[in-house]
Amino acid sequence: MSLDLKPKPLTKPPAQRAGDVRASGGRWRRTVALKGASFTAPFFAGFVVFTVVPVIMALSKSLYSSKSSGLGFGEKTVTFSGFENFGRALHDSKFWGSLWRVALFAIVVIPLIQFVSLALALLLDSVRRRAAGKLRIAMLVPYMSPGIVATLIWIYLYSPAVGPLTPFFRLFGIDANFYSSQMIWVSVGNLMAWGSIGFNMLIVYGALQAVPRDIFDSARVDGASEWRIAWSIKVPYVRRSLVLVSILGIIGTLQIFSEPLLFRSMTPETVNKDFTPIMTIYNQAFAVGDFNYAAALSIVLALVVGLISAIFYKLTNKAPA
Amino acid sequence: MTTTTAAPSRRYDDDLPAGHHPSKLSRTLVWTGLVLFLIYSIAPVWFLVVSATKNQRDLYTTNGLWFAEFHLFDNVRDLFTYNDSIFLRWMANTLLYGVAGTVGMTVVCVACGYALAMYQFRGRGILMGCIIASFLIPGALLTIPSFLLYTRMHIVDTPWAIIVPHFFSAFSVYLAKVYAEGAIPPELLEAARVDGAGEYRAFVTIGARLMTTGSATIFLLGFVGSWNSFFGPLVFLRGEQKWTVMLGLYSWLNIKVDQSVDLTGLVIVGAIVSLIPIVALMLAMQRYWRSGITLGSLK
Repeated sequence: MSLDLKPKPLTKPPAQRAGDVRASGGRWRRTVALKGASFTAPFFAGFVVFTVVPVIMALSKSLYSSKSSGLGFGEKTVTFSGFENFGRALHDSKFWGSLWRVALFAIVVIPLIQFVSLALALLLDSVRRRAAGKLRIAMLVPYMSPGIVATLIWIYLYSPAVGPLTPFFRLFGIDANFYSSQMIWVSVGNLMAWGSIGFNMLIVYGALQAVPRDIFDSARVDGASEWRIAWSIKVPYVRRSLVLVSILGIIGTLQIFSEPLLFRSMTPETVNKDFTPIMTIYNQAFAVGDFNYAAALSIVLALVVGLISAIFYKLTNKAPA
Repeated sequence: MTTTTAAPSRRYDDDLPAGHHPSKLSRTLVWTGLVLFLIYSIAPVWFLVVSATKNQRDLYTTNGLWFAEFHLFDNVRDLFTYNDSIFLRWMANTLLYGVAGTVGMTVVCVACGYALAMYQFRGRGILMGCIIASFLIPGALLTIPSFLLYTRMHIVDTPWAIIVPHFFSAFSVYLAKVYAEGAIPPELLEAARVDGAGEYRAFVTIGARLMTTGSATIFLLGFVGSWNSFFGPLVFLRGEQKWTVMLGLYSWLNIKVDQSVDLTGLVIVGAIVSLIPIVALMLAMQRYWRSGITLGSLK
């Protein structure tokens, strides 16, 4: 028996719905369509104002420079400077340093989180459903905690003053300083893993539940081991959801902001103000006051994020199932 | 103690060859893994709960994972009275922004998703394209220009800067469209038209009702997102009277130990109190974020 089963397509063929009102006259039909379209008007108007206009403003802002250094708004003179801001951005070692730092972090952490989520989903899939249901709720507790609260919890857990982790590691003779520059990414990575594994695991587990159970029985009859079944049937089945979750994870991680910002409150020496790309942009806009340059950096970051997700999507779709 | 009682799990059926029952060893390994992960998930929250019951001194001197003297109620009282009950204000603000923003968002986005699913009209393709494309726009690109835009609109540092932009969520529209396609049979709308109902009336009496579950899901996700949001309030709100609870906790975290006050205890209790509404809501509405898209249909 061949074991390379492909996941079923998830989408149904597009149903031909709506406008085919077989009633008299095109005029009435047009009125119906117009009324239907009017349902979308509020959203569309808001979408233009709060999404399209800001994008256009980012593009136009980035082409200007405000010359006189200063925080006083009256003294600035704004001049058209073409791609000067982008030229400056390309050579901004602090910005690219922060981007590189975060990219490296994403490359290590995202696959790790996906791997653990997949492993746990497979474990959960191999116990009885009733037990799995009870475990699931408890494992979703981190997902229900807001990101800021999760970060606060771990900040205190890591803290040498109030947290139990430092004395715990000392029992084993390990002197762990979670705020040190060597450890900071491990600390942030663990925090992210805590917040996201439970939810990712649920998505994968949900996909696993959709696999027809008969396949496993046939595979067992054919002599496949549980490992072989997990690797050759279950994993290919959930590959799509893993890819989706990974892309979202990469996009989110490149824009990481609040976690390092909260860590900065505790350890400003390790987490400097240009620690991640968004922190750099935030700093340029609200501490330096250079909105034009901040807009240019935002565009560069958006392009990088888009490019990376596109490459990732291409690669994972080409890989044999 | 084996699986004879569990009918749904077919894989342990007795007619399988003997060697295919999972061994004791592998069962032990599976449960070890799951229990370890369970501890990892729960223990940090446990630490937070335990810490909330301690006074400032015990927080620093006793074991973080077990109780000392019980001071939870003193801590809660301190939390709600500190700085003229500013924490209460932050909770109320967060609730207001969350409810107002999410109710508006649900109405706007469900109506839009409904129309995209049920009607063919000019510009529908463009609108769908916009929605999909906006998934790809990183939030980072929008924040700085949004700040400039809101400044021009004179809504920076007002609740409007938080509430109104929340109305227009492309993702919610997408969810609503997918849900409407599954929940509303087009024949039902046609029947309503034949009976003389107008399009708006059909939406209110049929569409919106069949989409209740989907709308509840969209509301829940939107409210949670609003409650947890941080970057937006940080950029758009200045005065502490308007802050959200997450922003307030962050500001307390920034008040350093070397100043005469140490707010660590308050931040810990505040973190728990801020969790309560959201966890309660998620537990109460469990069936909404779990229920599939296949519910409503012709009866």
